Amino acid sequence: MNVEILVCAKRVPDTSENEIALNGAGNDIERDDLVYSINESDNYAVEEALQIVAKVGGNVTVVTVGGEDDEEILRREMAMGANHGVLVTDDAFDGSDGRGIATILKAFVEKGRYDLILTGVQADDGAAQVGGMLAAMLDYPFASLVNSIEVLDGKKLKISREIEGGNKEMNEIDLPCVLSIQTGINEPRYVGMRGIRQVASVPIPTRGAADLGVDPGTVGEKAAKVKRVDYFVPVVGKGAEMLRGSREENIDRVVELVAAKGGLK
Amino acid sequence: MEGLYSAPQVTSWLIPGQPLFWVIHVLGVVCFVYIVWKRLTPLLRAERDFRFDRPWARLGMVLKFWLGQWKHPRYRAAGTVHILIFAGFVVLAARAFSVLAAGISANFVMPGLSGRAGHTYDLVTDYAATLVFICMVMAITRRLVFKPARYAVPAKYGKGHPADAILLLVLIAVLMVADSLFAAAKAAGQLQLGQTAESLAVLSLPWMLKNALVPAQLFTLRHLYFGAYLVHQLTFYFLLCYRPFGIQFHVETSLFNVFFAKLERDALKPVKWGVTDEKLDQVKSFGVKNFEDFTWKHMLDFYSCADCGRCSDNCPSHAVGRPLSPRFFTIKARDYAFHHYPMFGAPNNEAPLVGNLYSEDELWSCTTCGACEEECPLLIEYIDKIVDLRRGMVDGGNVPQSLQKPLKALEDRGNPYGRMEKKRAEWANVPAFQQTCQVKTLDKSNGADTLFFVDSITSYDDRMQSIGRATAKILDHVGESFGILGAKEKDSGHEVRRFGEELLFAALRDHNVEAIKACGVRRIVTADPHAYNALKRDYKDLPPVEHISQVMARGVKTGKIKFRAVENKNDVYAYHDPCYLGRHNQIYDAPRDVLDAIPGLKRVEMNRSRDRSFCCGGGGLMLFYEPKEDQRIGVKRVEMAAEAGANVIVTACPFCLVNIEDAIKVAGLEGKMTVLDLVELVDQQIAREIPQAA
Repeated sequence: MNVEILVCAKRVPDTSENEIALNGAGNDIERDDLVYSINESDNYAVEEALQIVAKVGGNVTVVTVGGEDDEEILRREMAMGANHGVLVTDDAFDGSDGRGIATILKAFVEKGRYDLILTGVQADDGAAQVGGMLAAMLDYPFASLVNSIEVLDGKKLKISREIEGGNKEMNEIDLPCVLSIQTGINEPRYVGMRGIRQVASVPIPTRGAADLGVDPGTVGEKAAKVKRVDYFVPVVGKGAEMLRGSREENIDRVVELVAAKGGLK
Repeated sequence: MEGLYSAPQVTSWLIPGQPLFWVIHVLGVVCFVYIVWKRLTPLLRAERDFRFDRPWARLGMVLKFWLGQWKHPRYRAAGTVHILIFAGFVVLAARAFSVLAAGISANFVMPGLSGRAGHTYDLVTDYAATLVFICMVMAITRRLVFKPARYAVPAKYGKGHPADAILLLVLIAVLMVADSLFAAAKAAGQLQLGQTAESLAVLSLPWMLKNALVPAQLFTLRHLYFGAYLVHQLTFYFLLCYRPFGIQFHVETSLFNVFFAKLERDALKPVKWGVTDEKLDQVKSFGVKNFEDFTWKHMLDFYSCADCGRCSDNCPSHAVGRPLSPRFFTIKARDYAFHHYPMFGAPNNEAPLVGNLYSEDELWSCTTCGACEEECPLLIEYIDKIVDLRRGMVDGGNVPQSLQKPLKALEDRGNPYGRMEKKRAEWANVPAFQQTCQVKTLDKSNGADTLFFVDSITSYDDRMQSIGRATAKILDHVGESFGILGAKEKDSGHEVRRFGEELLFAALRDHNVEAIKACGVRRIVTADPHAYNALKRDYKDLPPVEHISQVMARGVKTGKIKFRAVENKNDVYAYHDPCYLGRHNQIYDAPRDVLDAIPGLKRVEMNRSRDRSFCCGGGGLMLFYEPKEDQRIGVKRVEMAAEAGANVIVTACPFCLVNIEDAIKVAGLEGKMTVLDLVELVDQQIAREIPQAA
C-alpha cells in the first residue's frame, strides 16, 4: 500500500532566532536582518509524513506558495527525506489572504493525486485558516490539532486530536483528507549541513497560475478580503511577582499560587 | 640414568615425553594462531587509520607507556602490583620459551643465554617467578577480600565475571609454581644422583621447593619433573588460547596498542583518514553507524581493555549517574566483536550500533573532558570514538530536539542562542567600561597586532560578558594593540565538531579563518579554552593562539602586571582546571602562577586537580543538552572545593563559570562559596597606578 502525501509548508521568520520589532511606519515588523525557517508545525507535518511513508510506503511532496527565497525550506525538507518539493509562484499570487492561498493550493492538489494532505496547525505569522479552507474547497474531511496518526488500511486513518486540557480525542477519518498537525506529534529528525548540500543543486519545479489553471482574479492582493491594517506590540505589563520570604515560605507560596491556577490536582 | 633430566627422554606411566610434548606444542600454537586470525577478522574489515608514521616517536611511546608502565603509579597499590607482574613477565619471557623448548630438545639453549649469562639469567628468573607468584596471591586476595569498588559491574551493564578474572590469576600462579617445580625437581634429582645441580636463587620459590624435595624418592622426583613440565606446558597454552576471550588479551595486544596509539593526543580524528576537507562531500556515510565503521585501531583498543575501571573511576558523567561508563563503552564493543565474529561460522553483523549496543543518551552524555584517556594505562582512545558515533547519529538525523535549535541557530546566526550578528560586540558598549577601555572592531583599514577572539558565550551571555570586558582591560593594561572581529566573528564551532556536526563546523571555521586573515593580525588571544583549543587544533594556518592566562602569567613575570593584596585575608581560593585548558592543552601552571602572584592570596589544591581535574559539566552545546543524571556534575565539583577548604573557586573558562555558578546555587552554598574567572579576579586586583617612589 502506498500513500501519496502532500505537505503544505510555509517559510516564516524564525521566532527563536530573531528579535521581532516594529518597523518605523508601524505597519509591519522590521524585516532586515531576519532569519527564516520552515514554520515549526509544518516541519512536524513533514516528519510525520516521512514516518508514515517509511511504514506503509509512498511518497512525500512538499509544496509552498511564495517566491524564490522560499525554495530554501523545500530543500531543507528534501534533505530531511521528502521526495519532491514544488514551489508555487506567480506575481498574481502576491498579497493573497488565507482564502487566496487555499484557492491556489486547491488547484495544485487537483493537478496531482494525493491521498493525504498535511499542514502545520498554524503558521507562526499566520491565522490557522488555510488547512480548513483547503479541505472545504476540496470537499475533503478535515481534522485539526492532530497529534497522532495511524494508517488503518488504504482508506482510513485513526488519528488523535489534542483537546482542551491536554486530553486526546480519537477519531477515524476517511482518505483522502486534510489534517493540521500539532507540534509534538513526533521528534523531527535533524537536518545537517551535509544533507542540505546534497540537495543544493536539485532543481525545484515551479508552478504558476497558468500551470494550475488559477484565475488570477480570484487570488492576490485585489481578491483578498482580509487585509492587515496595523501591527502593534502589546504594552509590557507589570513585572513578575517576586517572592521575598524564606525558602520555606516561598515554597509554600508557590504551591499555593500554582494550586490556585489549577496546576495541582 | 643420565637421561632422567632431559625432559624429552622422560617417560611417565609409559607415556614418552617428547612425542607428547610435541603434540601439545603443535596443538597449542595452531589453536592460538587460529584464534588470533579470527580476532583479526573485524580489523581487516574496519575503516583505515594512519598509524604507521613516525616510528621513532612510536617506539618512544612503547618505552614510556608499555615498558615504562608510565600511567600505572597513578593508582599506587594496583599500579605497583601491575608493574611487578609486568616486570616479572618481561624477565620470564625467555625462560618460558626455554622451558617449552626443553620438552623437545634437551640441549636447547636460548641464544645469548649460555654460560655465565645464562646462569645469571636463571637466578634472576627464579626471583621473577617468585615475585609474580606473590603478586598473584596479592591480586587474588585483593579481588576476593578487598573487592575494590571500581571493579563492580552495575546491573545495567550485565553480569561481571569475577570468577574469570580470578581463574586467570590462579592459572598464572599455577604457571609460576609449575615452572619452579620443574627446576626444583630437576635440581633435587641431580643432587640425589650425585651430579652437580644447577644452583637455584636462595629463598626463591624454586629454591624452597628444591629443599623440600631433596628427601623424596628418585621415582617421585621423576614423575614430578614430568608432571611439572606437562602442567606448565598445558597451562601455558591454555592461557595463551584463553586470553583472547577476555581481559587478559591485553598481554598480547598492549604492545601493539601502545605502538599504534595516537601521537597527537588532542587532535580530533578526521571524518575519514585520507579524505581531505574538500572531498568530504563525496563520502557516502559519516561517522560510525555499524561496528565496521570503527577504525582497526579502535577495534584493537576494544581488545586491549584490561577492564581495570580507571576510566570510569574518573569519568564525571559516570560519577553522577549519566548512562555512560567508558569502561563498559569499551567492554560492550569488545563483547560485540566476540559475539558477531565468532570462532566458528561466518561473521554476523546487521544491526546499527546506536539503539542496540549504545543508547543515544549514552553517547550524548560524554563531555569530552578526557579524564578517561588521561588515566588509561593502555592509551585507549574514547573521545574520537564518541565523536565518530555522534557523527553517525547526526548524519542519520538522530539529534535530540534540545540540540537541534542551537545547531540551527549556529547555522543561521553563527551563535547557538539565535542572537543577531550585529549584537555580537554589544558587551563592549557598556558606558562605564567604555570610559576605561575602548575595544575596536578590526577590518582592513583598522588593524592591530592581536585579535581578541571572544566567542559566543562571552559575547552574548550577560554574566559572561564580564569576562570579555576584563580580558579587554587586561590586554589594554599590558599594552597590547588589540581588537575584535565583532559581527564578523562566528562561533568557534568547538562543540559543533565534538557533537558530530562536522560540516557545520567546517562552515564556521572557514568563515572565521577568512575573517581573521582579512584583518591581518599577528597573534590571537582568547579567554575561552574551547575557542583556544578549536583555533589551535581544529583550525589551520592561523597566527599563533594564546589563552589569556598565558598572557597574564607573562605580564606578571615581566612586571607589567602588579597586584594589590586581597582584601579578605580569610578567603581560601581553589583553582579549577578547565578540561580544554588543562588536560587537553597542558596549561596548568600559568593560571596558578598568576594566582600565586597576588599578595595575601591563600590557595589550596583540590584533590582532583591538574590532569586529574574533574569536569564542570561540559561546555558549548553541552549547556543545551538535557542529560539523564542523578546529580549535576558541577555540584560534585563544588563539593570537592568545599572539601579542600576553599570558599572561592577560580576558573579560566566561561563554561566552567556558568556550570559552577549554577552548581553553587543547586548545592545550596550561595553566600558560602563563590566562583569567578581568573580574568575577573586579575582585573579586580590589578594595581593600575604604578606606585611612585616616596
